[in-house]
Amino acid sequence: MSKSNVSDDFAIEAVNLVKKFGDLRVVDGISLKVPRGSIYGFLGPNGAGKTTTIKMLATLLRPDEGSARVMGFDLTNDANHVRQCISLTGQFASVDEDLSGLENLILIARLVGFSRKGALSRAKDLLKAFDLEDAAKRQVKKYSGGMRRRIDIAASIVTSPDLLFLDEPTTGLDPRSRNQVWDIIRALVRNGTTVFLTTQYLEEADQLADRIGVIDHGKLIAEGTSKELKASVGAGRLTVHMNTVEDLAKARRILQEMTDDQVEIDERLLRLVVHIANHIDAATAISRLVTENLQISDFSMGQPSLDEVFLTLTGKTTGQSESNEEVSNVDQAG
Amino acid sequence: MSTKQDDYPDLHKVLILTQRPRRPGPLSASLTLGWRALLKIKYVPEQLFDVTAFPVIFLLMFTYLFGGAIAGSTGEYLDFVLPGILVMSVTMITMYTGMDLNKDIQKGIFDRLRTLPFWRPAALVGALLVDAVRYLLASTIMITLGYILGFRPGNGFGGLALGVLLLLIFAFSLSWIWTFLSLVVRTEKALMGISMLILFPLTFLSSVLVDTSTMPEWLQSIVDVNPITLVVDAVRGWVHGTVTNQEIYTVLIVSLGIIVVFAPLTMYKYRNKN
Ligand SMILES: Nc1ncnc2c1ncn2[C@@H]1O[C@H](COP(=O)(O)OP(=O)(O)OP(=O)(O)O)[C@@H](O)[C@H]1O
Ligand SMILES: [Mg+2]
Repeated sequence: MSKSNVSDDFAIEAVNLVKKFGDLRVVDGISLKVPRGSIYGFLGPNGAGKTTTIKMLATLLRPDEGSARVMGFDLTNDANHVRQCISLTGQFASVDEDLSGLENLILIARLVGFSRKGALSRAKDLLKAFDLEDAAKRQVKKYSGGMRRRIDIAASIVTSPDLLFLDEPTTGLDPRSRNQVWDIIRALVRNGTTVFLTTQYLEEADQLADRIGVIDHGKLIAEGTSKELKASVGAGRLTVHMNTVEDLAKARRILQEMTDDQVEIDERLLRLVVHIANHIDAATAISRLVTENLQISDFSMGQPSLDEVFLTLTGKTTGQSESNEEVSNVDQAG
Repeated sequence: MSTKQDDYPDLHKVLILTQRPRRPGPLSASLTLGWRALLKIKYVPEQLFDVTAFPVIFLLMFTYLFGGAIAGSTGEYLDFVLPGILVMSVTMITMYTGMDLNKDIQKGIFDRLRTLPFWRPAALVGALLVDAVRYLLASTIMITLGYILGFRPGNGFGGLALGVLLLLIFAFSLSWIWTFLSLVVRTEKALMGISMLILFPLTFLSSVLVDTSTMPEWLQSIVDVNPITLVVDAVRGWVHGTVTNQEIYTVLIVSLGIIVVFAPLTMYKYRNKN
């Protein structure tokens, strides 16, 4: 492997970073360490300060307080060296939408120092690797969302950076494109790149990241592996829809016996929600309902949503109602 | 979930790049970014409309509207006014440099470029190089049309060429003001508004359309220190062979002064843009 991940150095070591816009402390004292060769997931709702943090770490914004070393170089005093080892895929298309995919990649290859010929062949290789050969000559503004994200990432690895920042790489993508992007990220890390990514989805952080930091109002409110984080939140929840009000009441009694938590009940939707530790307990619960001859119309097992993580960590909601319930949705016919 | 390596079989290959090329020189980086601006013209040729239409409309309008009234005959007036309108058109077109940059800033490409390790000013110098092409195009169109209408440079085409060159230098310096503004002003509309606010009085309160000696004295004293007047006088002088060294130096010094002030300001803002 070509990368210098032999040492146990950190790719990012930030101490007490602060960024103010006017009176607002948008990033309010963030300290974090990202080991080389790992994926760090930065999780937070809209406006939490994710992009602002990334921009500081990528030399685009000067921190008002605090300091950081990125790939061993001081962020403020050695910005040029930092720039040589990093790459940024911004939250919004970070290529020139008026140009074709090929032209964009040539542009960047030339700007990092490739010769004319070298730039062309590098661009072609990248297009091939990202499955964009057919769209090479098309303007990026005519790409689909998934293709855009791929060309964005391709543009970021023209020189295989040691550290790649990805700002919400999968927001707005359908599940297939999202999986493609995940595969690409995993492949990058296998080749020694360190990845720092932001996301609004716990599931994404869970799938990809070695460590997760949860940010809210500019502060890191929790940090750890996804396991640690989920343990602090509770593993997941089981949602059951019943056919009749009578069955709903009975089902509630049964489920309540299985847990210490309060079972949430919604009589209008004929729905029960219960926090449950794992899939085995969930299966046990469902089979007990079935044994009692109760009519289940539909049930699903979901990971805790970002909302729930926040509820647990901060005692308040994010104001979003998105959840990742489709993890193992099963329809039951009668 | 598909986590197999073979989803992107070539990905592994492109990722093993042991050698990082050396960062490009300032000239190479500027030319590359100039190439980008040229490509944009290729995709959106309509943006050349301003460059071609402005000069044509201005020339026809002013020649026939004012020609009879101001100079007695349109032919004579054309010889006088063409260098003026040339300066006016090119000056107006310089605004677009700022607007293009402003559009970039609102998109992610601006941040991407700023994380690449090339010579910072190249992003602006490259764009300005291509703008020079636009200015040249506008000048050529106007001079050609003028020639058809009866314009004859008294100093031959050599003088005309030198006049245009002087104008390009001035336009280049002026562009730095717009690039600076585009980094300070938030929206494209606001930028357009401010640019117009500066340019309109400057171009009309100048010697573009009329000889300053016909103006009331108080106005004359304002108009005579207007940089546009200085440029118009010098260009007109080159075209008709009456230019003095002092006129040339004044324009060069004004241009240099603008660059010395606004280029560092622009670069400072470019580096520290939020
Ligand atoms: N240039 C700026 N000037 C003033 N305020 C800003 C600026 N950039 C960001 N902010 C504010 O800082 C806060 C954090 O913004 P940031 O973009 O970092 O959030 P985020 O976590 O990336 O959110 P999202 O998920 O929506 O992308 C927001 O309230 C935003 O309005
Ligand atoms: Mg953001």
